[in-house]
Amino acid sequence: MRLRPRAVAVCVALALTGLALGILLLGTGTFRLTPAEVFNSLFGAGSNPTAERIILRVRLPRLATAALVGASLGMAGAIFQSLSRNPLGSPDIIGFTTGAATGAILQIVLFDAGPLGVSLAAFASCVATTVAVLLLSMKNGATGGYRLVLVGVGIGAILSGINTLLLVKGGLDQAAAAQIWLAGSLNTRTWAHVIPAAIGFAAIVPVVVLNARQTTLLEMGDDIASQLGVVPERTRLTMVMAAVGLTAIATAAAGPIAFVALAGPQLARRLTSSPDLPLVSGALMGAVLLLLADLVSQRPPFQVNMPVGLTTGMLGGFYLLWLLTRKRTI
Amino acid sequence: MPSGDKQEAKASRPFQRPKRLWGLAATVLVLAGVSLLSLAVGSRSVPLGELLDTFRAYDPLNNRHLVIWELRVPRTIVAILAGLALGIAGAVMQAITRNPLAEPGLLGINAGAATAVIIGIAAFQLTAMIQYVWFAFVGAGLAGIAVFILGQAHETGTNPVRLVLAGAGLSVMLGSLTGIIMLNAPLEVVDDFRHWWAGSIEGRGFDVAGVLAVAVTIGLAVALFISRDLNAVALGRDLGVALGVRLGRTWVLACLCVMLLAGAATASTGPIGFVGLVAPHMARLITSPDHRWLLPLSALFAAILLLCADIVGRVVVAPAEVAAGIVALLIGGPFFIAVVRRYRLARL
Repeated sequence: MRLRPRAVAVCVALALTGLALGILLLGTGTFRLTPAEVFNSLFGAGSNPTAERIILRVRLPRLATAALVGASLGMAGAIFQSLSRNPLGSPDIIGFTTGAATGAILQIVLFDAGPLGVSLAAFASCVATTVAVLLLSMKNGATGGYRLVLVGVGIGAILSGINTLLLVKGGLDQAAAAQIWLAGSLNTRTWAHVIPAAIGFAAIVPVVVLNARQTTLLEMGDDIASQLGVVPERTRLTMVMAAVGLTAIATAAAGPIAFVALAGPQLARRLTSSPDLPLVSGALMGAVLLLLADLVSQRPPFQVNMPVGLTTGMLGGFYLLWLLTRKRTI
Repeated sequence: MPSGDKQEAKASRPFQRPKRLWGLAATVLVLAGVSLLSLAVGSRSVPLGELLDTFRAYDPLNNRHLVIWELRVPRTIVAILAGLALGIAGAVMQAITRNPLAEPGLLGINAGAATAVIIGIAAFQLTAMIQYVWFAFVGAGLAGIAVFILGQAHETGTNPVRLVLAGAGLSVMLGSLTGIIMLNAPLEVVDDFRHWWAGSIEGRGFDVAGVLAVAVTIGLAVALFISRDLNAVALGRDLGVALGVRLGRTWVLACLCVMLLAGAATASTGPIGFVGLVAPHMARLITSPDHRWLLPLSALFAAILLLCADIVGRVVVAPAEVAAGIVALLIGGPFFIAVVRRYRLARL
């Protein structure tokens, strides 16, 4: 893939923004620290054991979860939008997030499970949903991009019916607990959340990057792409699996976070104005969005509870609307 | 439904008029049959003879007559009208956005109605379904107008992406607002809201049906008025202009039509999502993409789907009920997948 100067500049700027947000998040909160103290604690040179404990055990895992989840969602969104050739194609719409939610709600409403069980169930049901969508959209050994999306929409509809049914018929306390999970949250994340997510992310990213060029070519249609040496079915399957893996990781770690997968790549594409798949820029944009949302959720106005998933919705939606009022052409 | 065994081979051939006519007649008949079923079936079943008696010789002292006239007739009418509204709105929405995944909810209507309802429950302590209806109506209208202005539908007229993005942005914002209110409100609010959110037709009376009937009449008239223009718009901007369509006017009328129809449907039944998306796809199986045929057929399919969902929801766990919105998803989903696998869906 050719490196485009503007895209590189945008990526660097996004990374720097993310870093600045990270330092701000580590340093502020009920217990304030200067940036110098933050650095000292991070690199084990601190003289303040309390600061070290807060940073390493509380704030850093939360920060790492936010960054990983945001990056995974941004990248997954870029892949889905390219594969479905639809700016609205995101894991939320194709039913995978709904699938993850079904597992989690089942655990909460029927078995009253703890956080770890809920995460596992979310991951498992997300993967199961994907397998179901892929199998059902197979015809003569090929999925076909368009049929894949439509089957995904159908499965998503069934699952959201089941979810609503569980929420309506379940006990009120469990329904309320499920609502909290559905809002998506970064509270009380520990290294136990971060490490599996980091391993998964590191395993999937190389696959995605290796297939990025073929996926871009696939946007021209299966026939043209295969003349250019792409194997459409194999590329599509690999990329769908990779994107689902990323979505599953993110959902298991933080619940279904709205909008990052949809908005991250869209915003990144507009900033870089490059025809390539906005993989890196989309991932960085997703991470920045989620860090920003976390910063806001930790300091909500009027003392209300604001889980980060809802803050991303508010911020992302507001940004999109603001963009619409400012720009003449979208 | 067509026999459809050679649908794939036929897909490229133009549709003959008789097939469409038969399709239309068959759909109307099915709808009539399902309506009768809807009047007869429920936690208290009524035989056909007595059902006819209700209309021939109404006896207010007969419990069954009372159930049919007071509960099932308005409910059936609301289900049919809401279905018609969703079907037309879905077809128009897919036509103007030229996106087969578009549905009326994209204009922010469902989200606006939901936010208004939860504000009504949390701040004004509403508890009766009939009170939510008006809140939902106002919410849906305000959200629709906001999307319309933010998306500059009157000006761009040719670029659906802007409107869709405005709708998506506003929906997500309002959805988050709803979530935040819900999480910070007492548990009873969650309880009331989750039942409205499921999308149910239970307990709607003639007053709701009346409002809905007016909305559907106006909406259908507008939709049929612009149906020729929608055909041209589907060909794309340049061809549409070349064929003499005033794109701006078509757009404004189409948006107003969708807002009126989907807003009224959502207000009276809660957000019922999938029906407006599936019905146009089903209609395209038996008709050409000509919107003069597609719009009425899509409306009829949606009405059948919603009414069936309501009946099934009444029967499966009687005497309790499952909301029609949930059943519509549970029945419509597998059906949609089966259709997607069986036939090559017509692309827009």
